[in-house]
Amino acid sequence: MIELRNLYKSFEDKEVLHDINAVFEEGKTNLIIGQSGSGKTVLMKNIVGLLTPTRGQVLYDGRDFVQMNKREQVLIRREMGMIFQSAALFDSMSVLENVMFPLDMFSDQNQADRERRARFCLERVNLKGAENKLPGEISGGMQKRVAIARAIALNPKYLFCDEPNSGLDPKTSLVIDDLIHDITTEYRMTTIINTHDMNSVMGIGENIVYIYQGQKEWQGNKDQIMTSTNERLNSFIFASDLFRKVKEANGNA
Amino acid sequence: MNMILHRFLAAFGQYLILMGKVFSLPERWRMFLKQYVKEMSQLGVDSIGIVLLISFFIGAVICIQIKLNIQSPWMPAFTTGYTTREIMLLEFSSSIMCLILSGKVGSNIASEIGTMRVTQQIDALEIMGINSASFLILPKILGLLTMIPFLVIFSIAFGFIGAYATAIMGVITVDDLTLGLLHDFNQWYVWMSIIKSLFFAFIIASVSSFYGYTVEGGSFDVGKASTNAVVRSSMLILFADIFLTQLLS
Ligand SMILES: Nc1ncnc2c1ncn2[C@@H]1O[C@H](COP(=O)(O)OP(=O)(O)O)[C@@H](O)[C@H]1O
Ligand SMILES: [Mg+2]
Repeated sequence: MIELRNLYKSFEDKEVLHDINAVFEEGKTNLIIGQSGSGKTVLMKNIVGLLTPTRGQVLYDGRDFVQMNKREQVLIRREMGMIFQSAALFDSMSVLENVMFPLDMFSDQNQADRERRARFCLERVNLKGAENKLPGEISGGMQKRVAIARAIALNPKYLFCDEPNSGLDPKTSLVIDDLIHDITTEYRMTTIINTHDMNSVMGIGENIVYIYQGQKEWQGNKDQIMTSTNERLNSFIFASDLFRKVKEANGNA
Repeated sequence: MNMILHRFLAAFGQYLILMGKVFSLPERWRMFLKQYVKEMSQLGVDSIGIVLLISFFIGAVICIQIKLNIQSPWMPAFTTGYTTREIMLLEFSSSIMCLILSGKVGSNIASEIGTMRVTQQIDALEIMGINSASFLILPKILGLLTMIPFLVIFSIAFGFIGAYATAIMGVITVDDLTLGLLHDFNQWYVWMSIIKSLFFAFIIASVSSFYGYTVEGGSFDVGKASTNAVVRSSMLILFADIFLTQLLS
């Protein structure tokens, strides 16, 4: 479980995050949604420690990451996996080497066991036969899957995904969403996903935090979103015709 | 003027902080050695070709120029060979060669690390709890420091071979050239070349890494960082050359 308490973040005099309080539960896909520029990426970077909050607490199972010393932070980092918007695979390494990398760095297993673990993770994300390809030689959807395999190689307790569907077609997006969701329940991870993809919201939105201009505007799940009366939320979610119709149909039922 | 000084000091401070992060013990020696060998090959071995080529031609051209334009009947026969040797040993094979390398190696380092920065590969390392500065930069610095003495020796040798090649063209006799190359030889000059090149190699690798590591933005900014890396490390090499030459001579 990850909990945010009174989180603020400013760059010089520009306040990007204002008093965020939220709980992200274990074994669930927690979504952070909001318009482009609302602060999702900055929020996630504050949670994982790539940025330091101006004020507030980030609690990993009760332990405040912000107050920890370097050594303790490094230990928590070993329990984190992250999938970046651009996949961020190491482009000089093959697919297999990418997935083995965290194991090479931190696992005490021998070479054969590390390789077996990496191949298992690649199979888990339904990627076989691409082991020796370079990241530049595979499609965007496959790159995301390699990124997922690399992120879960060390069995993380916490998984972070910044817009995992950006640049993917709707069908591939669904596959990636389902994969992240299945892995989350299977290994009981605390997963946080940044997205503005409404398909993801309706598909895997088990706990949704809506950010509006750097403030938490609403929190709930995908069923509650259908009946919410929050105007800002509705104008964001139901900006598209399709979802407005879905909501109206729901209302009439 | 104040602004420039302020910006310089700020950048220098950032550079020192980065170097502080770079010089820490590797987390996994196995991975460090792998990177170290890779960098020796990428930065050093892959530069041998250009070093040999340029040194050969410069050795030849210096020899021709001096023989045709400076050597005259009342000068001793060894003048051309002697001067060629001194130029290669004292300046070309250390300073000028490193200036050339700062273009090749410096832009390579800055664009590689810069691209890793803007495509979030460095963030990915940090998230795993890896000291990305040390992991990426330390092997580059040590790899280039290891290889640079060899490049210096190769450069000196191929400069001389280039000079001998002019004998085939009939510019100078082999005997005169050999006499000149051996005349009043001071071994310390070779050591001085190597010592200077070590400082230059450190400048190239660390300054270029700094510009790559601190890129913000996109591919445009990677290009700018790569240019900055080459310009700044060249300037620093020139300044350092003056101090080192006075110090070591
Ligand atoms: N390093 C930074 N310095 C100043 N402003 C920033 C920085 N990073 C992000 N911002 C600002 O914070 C706001 C939120 O950005 P971001 O979190 O990337 O939005 P998104 O929800 O699209 O991920 C934007 O207005 C952006 O300009
Ligand atoms: Mg974003």
